[in-house]
Amino acid sequence: MIVVENLYKSFDGVNVLNDISTTFEKGKTNLIIGQSGSGKTILLKSILGLFNIDKGNIYFGNQSIQNISNKKRSVLRQEMGMVFQGSALFDSMTVEENIMFPMRMLTKKSFEEMQSRSNEVIKRVNLINANKKLPSEISGGMQKRVAIARAIVMNPKYLFCDEPNSGLDPNTSTIIDNLIQEITQEFQITTVINTHDMNSVMEIGEKIIFLQNGKKEWEGNNKEVFKTENEAVGGFIYSSNLFKKVREVYLRDNA
Amino acid sequence: MIIIHHIGAYFLMLQKVFRRFVKWSVLKELIIKDIDALIIGSIGIVAFISFFVGGVVAIQTALNLTNPFLPQYLIGFATRQSVILEFAPTFISIIMAGKVGSFITSSLGTMRVTEQIEALKVMGINTYNYLIFPKIVAMFFYPFVIVVSMFLGIIGGYFASIYGGFCNSADFIQGIQLDFIPFHIGYAFLKTIIFSFILATVPSYHGYFLKGGALEVGKASTTSFVWTSVLIIIANYLITQLLLT
Repeated sequence: MIVVENLYKSFDGVNVLNDISTTFEKGKTNLIIGQSGSGKTILLKSILGLFNIDKGNIYFGNQSIQNISNKKRSVLRQEMGMVFQGSALFDSMTVEENIMFPMRMLTKKSFEEMQSRSNEVIKRVNLINANKKLPSEISGGMQKRVAIARAIVMNPKYLFCDEPNSGLDPNTSTIIDNLIQEITQEFQITTVINTHDMNSVMEIGEKIIFLQNGKKEWEGNNKEVFKTENEAVGGFIYSSNLFKKVREVYLRDNA
Repeated sequence: MIIIHHIGAYFLMLQKVFRRFVKWSVLKELIIKDIDALIIGSIGIVAFISFFVGGVVAIQTALNLTNPFLPQYLIGFATRQSVILEFAPTFISIIMAGKVGSFITSSLGTMRVTEQIEALKVMGINTYNYLIFPKIVAMFFYPFVIVVSMFLGIIGGYFASIYGGFCNSADFIQGIQLDFIPFHIGYAFLKTIIFSFILATVPSYHGYFLKGGALEVGKASTTSFVWTSVLIIIANYLITQLLLT
């Protein structure tokens, strides 16, 4: 579980995150949604410790990351996995080397042990015949699978995904969303996903927080999002006619 | 004031490069890769330029020896002095600022743009040490490139003098042996080592702290070349003032 308490972050005097408090639950896919520039990525990277926050607290379990030693912070980082928007795979390494990379850097496992673990996660994310290929030789969807495999290879307690299905076709997006949700439930990971994909919101949004102008505007789940009276959330999610129809049908069927 | 910010950030970066080392087995592999990319990969262009510029130095010296009382062996002497003292260590370093510097800036800049540096940070890796330290170590082999440059510069001068009909072989060889001061080689290598550190770290700074996208990678490569060259020229002046006067 990750608890965020009264988090503030500014850049050059401009407040980007204002008093954000929320809890990301274990074994659930927690979504951060909002328009571009609403502060989603800054919130995610602040939680990850890639940005120093101005005020507030972030707890991983019972441990506040503001008050821990560098050594403990390094250990904590090894419990985190991250899937970046553009996958962030290392271009000069093969798929297998990319996946083995965290183990090579952070553990004393033998090559055979690393290869065996790598094969396990490759199988788990359904990557077929890609071990020896370079990231540039595989499709965007496969790159995302590699990024997920690399993120989970160290058995993380916390998984962060920054717009995991951006640039993917709808079918692949759904596959990636389902894969993340399955892995989250299977390994009881606390997963935080930053997205503005409405399919993801409705399919895997077990916990959703909506950000607007750096503030938390709404919190709920993919059932409550249909019923919310919040205008900002409604305006964002139901901005397209398709989703307006989806909402109408859902409300009619569940009346 | 922005320049003070950059100087501060550069030295803070250097401090972080030498902290929290990543595994030696990983570093070793990266150092070998960087030696291949930065040193071995530069020998061809350095050899080509050195040979021909050495030849040009010899020809220009010969054409300026208009007084018949001046001995022909001065062509060899002037070629040796120019190549060893200035051309090989400084001129080649400026060329390397373009070749190696741009390579370092663009490769680190691309890693920044594609979030690969963030990915390393999330894993808890000291990215400064992982990305920059191997380049600094690899560049300590840079004097080897300068030896090649010195040798081929003088050889180029020799061939240009002989086949251009400016002097004979014995005169040229006498010239390159005349008043040889071994300290000049030491001075040239000391310069080279300092330049190699500048060549590894200044482009790394520009690549590592890049902000923006693909266009900024190109801009950063140009800025990195300009600043690396400026620092090499300033360091060259200071070292020469300190050691040769």
